[in-house]
Amino acid sequence: MNSLDLNILTLVTFIPLAGALLLVLFPRRDRDIRIFALVISLLAFVVSLHLPVYFHRVQAGFQFEIDKPWISSPNIHYHMGIDGFSMWLVVLTTFLTPLCVLISWKSVHDRVKEFFILLLILETALIGVFTSLDLFLFYFFWESTLIPMALLIGVFGHDRKVYAAVKFFMYTMIASVFMLAAILWLYAHTHSFDFVTIRDLIARGAVPSFPAAAQWLFLGFFLAFAVKVPLFPFHTWLPDAHVEAPTAGSVLLAGVLLKMGTYGMLRFNLGLFPEQARQNASWIMILALIGIIYGALVAMVQPNMKKLIAYSSVSHLGFVVLGIFSFTQSGLNGAMFVMLAHGVSTGALFMLAGILHERRHTYEISEFGGLAAPMPVYAASYLFIVLASVGLPLLNGFVGEFLVLSGAFQDKPIYGILAATGVIWSACYLLWMFQRVFYGKVTHPVNNSMADLIGFEKAAIWPCAVAALIMGIAPILWLGAIDPAVQAALAPIPQMIGKVVGQ
Amino acid sequence: MTFPLAQLQLIPQGADYIRILPELILSAFGILVMVLDPLVDEEKSQKTLGLIAFSGTVAALIATWFMAQSPGLAFSNTIRIDSFSVFFTFLVIAIAAVVILSSFEYMAVQRIRAGEYYALILFGVVGMAVMSSAIELVMIFIGLEISSISTYILAGFLRNEASSSEASLKYFLLGSFATAFFLYGVALMFGATGSTNIDTIAQKLPAGPVELLVFVAMALMFVGLGFKVGAAPFHVWTPDVYEGSPAPVVGFMSTAPKAAAFAVLLRVVYAINAPGRFWVLWILAALSMTLGNVGALVQTNVKRLLAYSSIAHAGYLLMAFAMTSPQDSVAGISAAMFYSAAYAAMNVGAFAVVSHFANAGERYVTLEDYEGLGRSSPLLAATLTIFLLSLIGIPLTGGFFAKFYVFSAAMRANLVGLTVIGVINSAVGAYYYLRIIVMMYMRESRKQVPVSRISFGLGTALAVSLLATLYLGLLPNRVLQTAQHSAQDLLPRQSPPASSTAQIQPPAPLPQP
Repeated sequence: MNSLDLNILTLVTFIPLAGALLLVLFPRRDRDIRIFALVISLLAFVVSLHLPVYFHRVQAGFQFEIDKPWISSPNIHYHMGIDGFSMWLVVLTTFLTPLCVLISWKSVHDRVKEFFILLLILETALIGVFTSLDLFLFYFFWESTLIPMALLIGVFGHDRKVYAAVKFFMYTMIASVFMLAAILWLYAHTHSFDFVTIRDLIARGAVPSFPAAAQWLFLGFFLAFAVKVPLFPFHTWLPDAHVEAPTAGSVLLAGVLLKMGTYGMLRFNLGLFPEQARQNASWIMILALIGIIYGALVAMVQPNMKKLIAYSSVSHLGFVVLGIFSFTQSGLNGAMFVMLAHGVSTGALFMLAGILHERRHTYEISEFGGLAAPMPVYAASYLFIVLASVGLPLLNGFVGEFLVLSGAFQDKPIYGILAATGVIWSACYLLWMFQRVFYGKVTHPVNNSMADLIGFEKAAIWPCAVAALIMGIAPILWLGAIDPAVQAALAPIPQMIGKVVGQ
Repeated sequence: MTFPLAQLQLIPQGADYIRILPELILSAFGILVMVLDPLVDEEKSQKTLGLIAFSGTVAALIATWFMAQSPGLAFSNTIRIDSFSVFFTFLVIAIAAVVILSSFEYMAVQRIRAGEYYALILFGVVGMAVMSSAIELVMIFIGLEISSISTYILAGFLRNEASSSEASLKYFLLGSFATAFFLYGVALMFGATGSTNIDTIAQKLPAGPVELLVFVAMALMFVGLGFKVGAAPFHVWTPDVYEGSPAPVVGFMSTAPKAAAFAVLLRVVYAINAPGRFWVLWILAALSMTLGNVGALVQTNVKRLLAYSSIAHAGYLLMAFAMTSPQDSVAGISAAMFYSAAYAAMNVGAFAVVSHFANAGERYVTLEDYEGLGRSSPLLAATLTIFLLSLIGIPLTGGFFAKFYVFSAAMRANLVGLTVIGVINSAVGAYYYLRIIVMMYMRESRKQVPVSRISFGLGTALAVSLLATLYLGLLPNRVLQTAQHSAQDLLPRQSPPASSTAQIQPPAPLPQP
C-alpha cells in the first residue's frame, strides 16, 4: 500500500481543520475569507475523490486503513478505515460543504470569519465520525460535531435560535452519554476500543458477562443514534433546529448529521450486536413506520416551508431505519442509498428554501404564490429537486425507496404496504407545496420583483441536481461499493447459528 | 503508649529538610512578603510583593524536583515523599502560582493590602503541601489547619463588603466544626489501633471484620474531609462562601485545598484500606453529583453557579474512591489524581476570567453581565468557552479525559449504577455551562459592562491554565502514567505483616558521603 493510500483518510479528515486554523490567522476581509473557505472545501472534495476511485469494490472489510497508537492507557488507537458504508458518506460530506460555502456567500455577512471556521471544523468532525474505527475516536468526533453545529444554529440562526441550539445540544448530548456508558462497559470487559477487535471478540463469545449486558449495550448505542436520526418519539428537536438554523447549517444537519445516526446503527448496532439487532428489529421497524407516516402527515399541514422539509426528513429517515432493520440485502442497500439520495436532494431543498428566505425573510408558504413567473430558473430547479425527493423514477429518490420497500416486503408484507403509503404522502406534501408556492397568480405584489437565481446559487444547486440525475440513472456506481459491505453486515448470523448448533 | 526510644533520638538529617524543601521555601517567601509589606510604598506594593510571592512559588516548584529526587520518610515517619506526594505538592504549588499571577490586577483595582494576601496564599500552600506528603494523621491535621485558617481569612478579604465578611465567618464556623470532627476521628482511630500513623494503622487493622470504634472513627474523618472537598451532604457552605469571597480567592480555594483534601482522602481510603467505605462513598458521590448539578441549573450568579459545579465535580471525583479490589484501586487512584489536576487547570482558568470580569467591583458576576462578551472581547470569551467546554467534558480538553478515566475506572469495578448516574449527570451539567456560552455568543449585550485590557499577569495565568487544559486533553498519557505510578506507591505493600516492626521504624536513610 503506498503512502497516499495510507494517509488519505487523515488528509481528507484534517484538511478542513487545517483550513479552519489558517482562517483564524486571516485578516477580517470577508471576501478573502469566503474564497479561502471555498478553496479549502473544494480541495477536501477533490482529495476525497481518491477514495471512490481507488476503492476495491468487490472486497469486503475496511480499506485505506491506518492504525497507530495514540494514548497507551487507556488503549486508544488512531484507527481509521472505510468500507462501502462510510466511503460514500465521507464523499457526501465533502460534496455538500463547498456548496454550503457557496450558498452562504451572500447570506452571511456578520461574523463571516467565525462562520466559516465553524463550518470547516464541523466538516472535519463529520468526516471523522465516518472514518474512525476506534470506539473512542468515534465518540470523540461524535461529540465534536455538537459544538460547531450548536454555535452555527445559536449564533447565525433566526429568531428562536438560542432555544433551538440548546435543545439540539441537550437532546444529542443526553442521548450520547448512554453510548459512552456502553463504550466504557465494552472497554472494561475487552480492554480495547478497537471496533474490529471488539466485534471479533463478541462474535467469538469471548467477552465475559456479555450475554447479560448485551441488550442494555444495544440500547445504549441505539438511543444515541435514534435521537440523531431522529426516530419517531425522539424527533422533536429536529424541526426547531432546522427552522432556526442558517441555510448552510440546515444543509449539513439534514444532509450529513442525521446520517451519523443511521450510519451508527449500521456500523455499531448491526456490527457489534447482530443478535440483539434482530431481536429488537420488530419494535424498531414499527417506530420507523410510525415515523414515515407521521412525519409525512405532519409535513402536509406545515405552513412553514423549512418545517415541512424538516418533517419530510423524519419521514425519509424512517425509510432508512426500516431498510436497515429489515435485514435483507435489498433493504440494507436501499437504506444506504436513501441516505445518500436524501443528503443530496434535501440538502438542495434547504438551499432553495434559504434562497427564498434571503429575498423575503420568511419561510411561510402563504407569503408566496405564482413565483414561477418572476423566477423561472429557480422554479425549474426547485421542481427538479422536488421530483428527485418525491422518488420519480430515473432520479435518485426512486432507487433507494424502491429497494427499501422491496426489502420490507421480503421481511413482512404489511410493513412494505404501510411504508409504500409514505411514498404517496411525500408526493402529496411536496407537490402541494410546490403548487402553492409557484403556480397561480402572484398573490403578494412584492414577489413580482424577486430576483431569479444568481451565479453563486446556481453553482450551489445545480451540482445537486446533476448528482441526483446520475444517481438515478446509474445507481450501480454507488451500489457496487455498498453491496459487499451489506453482505458482510448480513453474514455474521449464519456463522453464529452454525457455531451454536455445532456446539 | 511509649514511643520507641530510638525514634525520639532520631535527629532530622539533611535529607529530611530536602523532603520539605518546597514548604520551607514557601514559608520563607511568605515571611519575606510580610516583612517587606510595611517597607514598600503602598502604590507599588501590589506589584512588587506579588512578584516576590510568584517567584516564591516558582522556586518552590523547582524545589519539588529536588524533593522528588530523595524519596523516603522524614521527621520521625511523619512525612513520606513518594511520587504521590510529589504529584500533589506540585499541583497545589502550581495552582498557587497561577492564582497569584491572576490576582495582580484584581488586588490593584480593589485596593487590597497586598502583603497579607500573598503571604496568606503562600502559608496556605504550605499547609496543603504538608497535607499532600504527611502520613501521620496529626501532621495531616496541622496541615489542614494551616491551610484552612489561611483560606478563612482570604475569604473575608473584601473588608468593606458584608457578603465577604459573611462568607468568611460562615466558612470559619462550619470549617472549624468540620476540622473538629476530623480530629475526633483521629482520636478514636488512635483509640482503636494505638497509632496515628497511616502505615501503622493499615497494618494494625485486621483484614476481616473490625470493631465499631474503627467505623465511627472513619465516619468522623469522612465528615471532616467531606466538608473540605465540598461533597454533599456537607456542601451547604460552598455557594454562600464562593459568592461572597473575592473571585481570585474562589479560584484558589475551589482547587488547591480541595486537591490537598483529596490527597488526604486518597491516603485514608486506600492506604488504610478504610473498612465499610463502599456504600458511604457511593452515596456521597451520587448525592454530590446530583445535588450539585440540579442546584447549578437555577443559578444566575456565575460564582454561585461555579460553586454548585464544584460540588458536582467533587461527586465525579468521589466515584473514583469507591473501588475495593486492589487492581481496581490503581485505576481509581490514578483517575482521581488525573481529575484533580484537570479540574484545577480548568477551574483556575475559569475563575481567572471571572475575576478579570469582576475587576470593576464584584457587581459584574451575574449571567446577564456575560451577554455579548463574544463580541466585545472575543479572546476572553473564547478562553472562557474552552474552560467551560472542559468542565462539560467535551473531547480535546482535560475535563473529558478526567471524566473518562473516572467513569472507565468505575465501569471496570462493575459500578454500572454509579456510572450511569455519572453520565446522566454530566449531560445535565452541560446545560448550565452552556448557558454561559449562550449568553456570551448568542445574546447582544444590553448594558455596558466595563472590561479592561488583559494585563500581562492575567494573560500568563490564562495561557498556563489553557495550555494545561489542552495538554491534558490531547496528550494525557504522561500525567496518567505518573498517576498510575503514584497509585502503586500509595497502596499498602503486599508484604506479609511479619515485617511490620521494620516498617514502623525504618532507619533514616543515611546521607551519601
